[in-house]
Amino acid sequence: MKCKKCGEKASVNMRQHKLALCKEHYLEWVPEQTERFIKKYEMFTHDEKVLVAVSGGKDSLALWDILHRLGYQADGLYLGLGIDGGIGYSHESQRLAQKFADERGLKLHVVDIEKEYGQPIPVLSEISHRGHGKPCAVCGLVKRHEMNRIARDLGYAVLATGHNLDDEAAVLFGNTLNWSSEYLLRQGPVLPSSDGLARKVKPLCRFYEREMTAYCLLRGIEYIYEECPFAEGSTSIYYKELLNQLETARPGAKLTFYLKFLEARKRGDLFIEQNVGQAHLHPCPKCGQPTSAPGLCSFCRMIEKTQQLTLSE
Amino acid sequence: MVKLILRDKEYEVKAGMTLLSALKKCNIVPESVIATRDGEMILEDEILRDGDVIKLVAVISGGTW
Repeated sequence: MKCKKCGEKASVNMRQHKLALCKEHYLEWVPEQTERFIKKYEMFTHDEKVLVAVSGGKDSLALWDILHRLGYQADGLYLGLGIDGGIGYSHESQRLAQKFADERGLKLHVVDIEKEYGQPIPVLSEISHRGHGKPCAVCGLVKRHEMNRIARDLGYAVLATGHNLDDEAAVLFGNTLNWSSEYLLRQGPVLPSSDGLARKVKPLCRFYEREMTAYCLLRGIEYIYEECPFAEGSTSIYYKELLNQLETARPGAKLTFYLKFLEARKRGDLFIEQNVGQAHLHPCPKCGQPTSAPGLCSFCRMIEKTQQLTLSE
Repeated sequence: MVKLILRDKEYEVKAGMTLLSALKKCNIVPESVIATRDGEMILEDEILRDGDVIKLVAVISGGTW
């Protein structure tokens, strides 16, 4: 397969875009596309300070690398969760995040959850009896809380996470299976700031997970390859596997699923019954029956018109 | 023969088939891996040669935010 830009041997083939690129052109294309998404969704500007949530994994390190290359003021935040799992998971992920920052002269804020709150994540989970024996629920809660707190305390305008399209599609799939309307209406590339909450953005939300792995491999970014020991058998991974089977048979299915959802949400098409029932019906001033437009209902307008015509004849 | 390695699992397929055919034969979802040979990424239409060792990089990661 040949690179669409130069005709050399391609390294990455993106069937959903019908686009194959060589290493050189792929490494140019990813930052260009990221910049396009940042602008399209009005995530942040070059004048704003961005805090990147860095886990030591491929997506967050790729995001930090790209933002740095694009010239954004992007610092990193690493949260020490205290997860060992027999492989020193947190220790190794912190080492890789710090190595990445040091090699590029970037600022990495490190917050250790055990030092801040007395216990690491697995123990906090056990004590609090949340999450049915797995610490993932407590881990998510702590990460969201701490990322927001630190972004605000340190004066960052925006918090960026490395969520890719597969992450977003898996969440969307789960929320659709459960018809979780509240979550569906909130999901998107940008969560605007509100009272007490920093703006949250996902600049990689339109890249497949595969593309972020390819970016790290081609760019030579060393990331933690081992999965979090507690993620094994998780629902999110199961949904991703299902969606990848669909994608293999129908290239572009994941992208379409996510983008069509964003379009529908923007148009206000989601949960239209509620909209119709609550927002658009008014009583007709003549007959009192509900009508979608202000003024007389269609029936009364029709009767009024026929009566006027009859009188004028 | 051609060897494919994914995490701690090893698979063997006959030389001469494409990477895509090899992945399907091993019941590996192509969308979920990236294949490398001698440190270089290869695509699904690549013909696998006798003695090749193909390292597969899993792309899926989990987690909660």
